[in-house]
Amino acid sequence: MINLTIDNKPVQVPEGTTVLKAARQIGIHIPTLCYYELDGMKLENKPAGCRVCMVEIKGQKRLMAACATECKEGMEVHTNSLRAVNARRTVVELMLSDHPSDCLTCSKSGDCDLQRLSQAMGIREIPFPGEHSHHRKDISPAIIRDMDKCIMCRRCETVCNEFQTVGALHAINRGFNAVVAPAFEQDLVDSPCTFCGQCVMACPVGALNTVSHTRQVMSAINNPKKTVIVQTAPAVRVALGEEFGMQPGEVVTGKMVAALRRLGFDYVFDTDFAADLTIMEEGTELLDRISRHMAGDKSVRLPILTSCCPGWVNFFEYNFPDMLDVPSSAKSPQQMFGSIAKSYWAEKMGLKREDIVCVSIMPCVAKKYECGRDEFKVDGNPDVDFSISTRGLARLIKQYGITLSELPEEDFDRPLGESTGAGVIFGSTGGVIEAAVRTAYELYTKKSLDRVEFSQLRGIEGIREATVDFDGLPVHIGIAHGLGNARRLLEKVRSGKVQFHAIEVMACPGGCVGGAGQPFHHGNSDIIRKRQEAIYKEDRGKALRKSHENPDIIKLYNEYLGEPCGHKAHELLHTHYFDKSDKTVIEI
Amino acid sequence: MSTENIPLHEDSTTATSSIPRPELLPDHQLRITLRNPEEPEDYCSARERGAYLALERCLSGFKPREVISLIRASGLRGRGGAGFSTGEKWKVCAETAGSQKWLICNAGEGDHDCHRVIEGMAIAAYAVGASQGILYFRAEGAPVVARMKKALDEARQQGFLGADIKGSGFSFDIAMHYGIGSFVCGEETALIQYLEGNRCEPHVKQPFPAVRGYMGHPTLVNNIETFATVPAIINHGAEWFSSIGTDTCKGTKVLTLSGQVKNESLIEVPFGITLREIIFTIGKGMKNGKFKAALIGGSTGGVLTEQHLDLPFDYDMLEEAGVAMGPGSIQVLNENSCIPTLLKNNMEFAADESCGKCTPCRIGTKRLYEVLDKITDARGTMDDLQELRNLAQVMHETSLCGLGRNAPNLILNTIDVFWDELVEHVTTHRCVAGQCKKMATFSIDREKCIGCGLCMRNCPVAAITRTDYIAPGHKLASMAIDLDKCVKCGTCKANCKFSAISII
Ligand code: SF4
Ligand code: SF4
Ligand code: SF4
Ligand code: SF4
Ligand code: SF4
Ligand code: FES
Repeated sequence: MINLTIDNKPVQVPEGTTVLKAARQIGIHIPTLCYYELDGMKLENKPAGCRVCMVEIKGQKRLMAACATECKEGMEVHTNSLRAVNARRTVVELMLSDHPSDCLTCSKSGDCDLQRLSQAMGIREIPFPGEHSHHRKDISPAIIRDMDKCIMCRRCETVCNEFQTVGALHAINRGFNAVVAPAFEQDLVDSPCTFCGQCVMACPVGALNTVSHTRQVMSAINNPKKTVIVQTAPAVRVALGEEFGMQPGEVVTGKMVAALRRLGFDYVFDTDFAADLTIMEEGTELLDRISRHMAGDKSVRLPILTSCCPGWVNFFEYNFPDMLDVPSSAKSPQQMFGSIAKSYWAEKMGLKREDIVCVSIMPCVAKKYECGRDEFKVDGNPDVDFSISTRGLARLIKQYGITLSELPEEDFDRPLGESTGAGVIFGSTGGVIEAAVRTAYELYTKKSLDRVEFSQLRGIEGIREATVDFDGLPVHIGIAHGLGNARRLLEKVRSGKVQFHAIEVMACPGGCVGGAGQPFHHGNSDIIRKRQEAIYKEDRGKALRKSHENPDIIKLYNEYLGEPCGHKAHELLHTHYFDKSDKTVIEI
Repeated sequence: MSTENIPLHEDSTTATSSIPRPELLPDHQLRITLRNPEEPEDYCSARERGAYLALERCLSGFKPREVISLIRASGLRGRGGAGFSTGEKWKVCAETAGSQKWLICNAGEGDHDCHRVIEGMAIAAYAVGASQGILYFRAEGAPVVARMKKALDEARQQGFLGADIKGSGFSFDIAMHYGIGSFVCGEETALIQYLEGNRCEPHVKQPFPAVRGYMGHPTLVNNIETFATVPAIINHGAEWFSSIGTDTCKGTKVLTLSGQVKNESLIEVPFGITLREIIFTIGKGMKNGKFKAALIGGSTGGVLTEQHLDLPFDYDMLEEAGVAMGPGSIQVLNENSCIPTLLKNNMEFAADESCGKCTPCRIGTKRLYEVLDKITDARGTMDDLQELRNLAQVMHETSLCGLGRNAPNLILNTIDVFWDELVEHVTTHRCVAGQCKKMATFSIDREKCIGCGLCMRNCPVAAITRTDYIAPGHKLASMAIDLDKCVKCGTCKANCKFSAISII
């Protein structure tokens, strides 16, 4: 252990602790900007580049960056000496001097670390008039890069390269013109970007943004010819409250439904319904592959990989073109929903496909990209027209002057709003596979499952492995969240080092609860954990907890689809993947 | 190419004792690492001067540990930047366990005796246990690169590089790498990043490269001059070496002497020499005008002035003066050098070279340049001077690497000494050195003007006309400048053969 003093307060820390962490330990706040950590998830950005965390250390001639300086025995740190305060302030002023100060209209306003710092330091004018750096604005289907606002904290780069191992973003140019961009400053859409959006989640300022569909949605709602329906993903209800001052993990399902009705949506449905449907298809596919495999069919490939995360789908299309037949061919719940809404439900309601506008509320950025993919359109009309993030929904609610906390709890509309606990847990890492196990177990063993909770599949470690006993058949399951973890697990599978029957992958840390469309967590991984707990709580409160027991799902198969994985189901609920490896630039 | 192969022992014993100790030259230079410019560099000549004898001696007579002790005892400090103890650095690297160790010679654009550098590297590699060396030059085009390639080939042919050098069991070879001309790649951690194929930018030094460096292996990074000094220490002993220089700085320093001195050249001087000796003895005095300042260490260095002329020149004195030695250059300035202009040009260089990683340097260099541009363009105010000082100070204290930390040094150590000159620029808008064109008022001395009209014919805006005044002793009427038309280009002054035009 090492003893030191910070602002004259003694503190004891283990060797290797940085001054920043030691200070936090005793409640001393040192401002930071580039430093970013998702505690417990092996994500750390520590370039020591912003120089906002400068402190004075006795005996050192220069000021030191607290985030990158290790504590030494007997160190005497002063965080608020005039010298340190002046330097930190000047550094922030410098940043502002090369920044378009359009907080009034900036998407990040209110959530922006730079704005917060500037406020906290009481900066009232920017003292260094001078030239600004300019970069081309890049608008992709899901992400907008407005690099004039980039402060070169490099968080996005670390997230994309080290955590996601995608390698879409790199620092380019030098000096004043340095900026983070895809290789050769090409558009993001031409890079191997998966649109997971985690760079947006990490960006402290408004340089990286998500594309917003809210305007189109509101104009559709106000078009009397259109029937506008909405689906909400499981992870939204456990995070939306944060935007309204509630604690992370507070579940606001009923109020959210009420708010959506007040916004003018004609029908409020639930993506959880489609998640149950996904399980019917994926679970059946899994059992089919396992039994054919056991029967000696060499053409069957195991493990089966989940395919409900579009960020992950993009990732394997770029990086694992040799394994395109390994993932389940089932569409994501968002797309299954759109497909059923614009066929089965439309027929039931006597509505024409083109008169329905299908909107999704998602914790996700990749879904904005996914809903625009050509294979999810019928004659140019998309199954899902628009995708709005959790944050986007919160904005709309605020814009309409609705006070969320005062709303009554309302129920989803039927039939596409009925769901089981299995659909709910899709929102957390491990949830999809747990839901699949609940159904596959009963279908395979023909026995009823009394304990539906599989704690061995839960948790927050990046890569998890577990075996579930299917009444004598040990089913090996792998789980990864974060694309870097997925890559590591897949490399092991590809090399034949490990064998699994099924693997669940989610692109975002913690699964969709940590999705990039969620309220900003600013690197506080406790928030993600609390959302995760809330998901499992919601599951416990459900009367039905297995997808195949959802009465409206049963009805859907009886009335319309026939068998799971049958002909009609294939047509509407399954997709195929493309080799996009020519976009891949890094090899690990 | 020579194919001679001298037997190891005979040669080493006889020749070692026969290598004459470098002596102080009449002009006060002491050449330990540089060879005399007249001497050819090829292997045979180098060998005649004793090349590779020190290496042979180490391999046959010294344990690696002993070599390190010798270097530590000599007091040699790294010649590249901050002047760390070379021996200590070697010790850390030698004591770090590692299946493979690397040696990197940061040659920048340094021009040294190639065989001496190779020999120094091989000795260092032997001492720390490295088997692979990298010689990094900032750009591939430099003339030294071709010479170095040839020297490496010769050394390999003679068996001083490669597997099992001279039957000692020690193997070592050197590969050359080139930069893209970027200055910041000279920074140790940035250099390693660059060599690994990453973006060339500095990293926080924890742990030190000597512990975990190139490709994660223990890596010794030294500057080219440091390596070039090593053979002399082995040949003549640590005691001899440490007898040269000052208490804290031993040995010699190679410097590029340029600017307003008569003898512009590459020199090598013992530490402790005075600036006066360098400029007036070695440099043979001022070319033109009066000594105003000496710019040390180029753009990221600083200036020494009158008050430093008689102080012993070493790292400590420079540090005291707030000046970084940098690559080791002295540019002598006379009173025609305008300080704000000098500052502006240096800041422009720093802004161009900044890697952009940290805020104070990425944006600070730009802002400082802009302020200096304003000052030299007669738009400056006293507030700008205040801003200059504050920003330079913060940049110096907060930048991530040496480039950003040293770039504002020049401002910091001139702002007080030349305060009056700076104030004049922002208040009365006067540039005594006459370099700031915007502030210059050109005027023709009607007594000196012989009326030849050369200025009138060359003025691009026809601002010069003939008056009707004929000075005593002249035949033609003198010329005069219409200040409303004058664009301050200075063409007239440059053209006048009678020094009749001046800046007031
Ligand atoms: S990024 Fe932050 S500081 Fe910049 S304009 Fe947006 S809210 Fe304001
Ligand atoms: S969205 Fe994901 S993959 Fe794309 S650049 Fe951002 S972090 Fe990388
Ligand atoms: S885009 Fe955002 S996260 Fe990336 S370096 Fe710029 S400010 Fe940081
Ligand atoms: S984990 Fe969820 S939020 Fe993240 S990309 Fe995948 S589907 Fe979207
Ligand atoms: S000081 Fe300049 S060169 Fe050094 S890391 Fe910072 S930006 Fe790069
Ligand atoms: S937070 Fe420490 S340098 Fe950026």
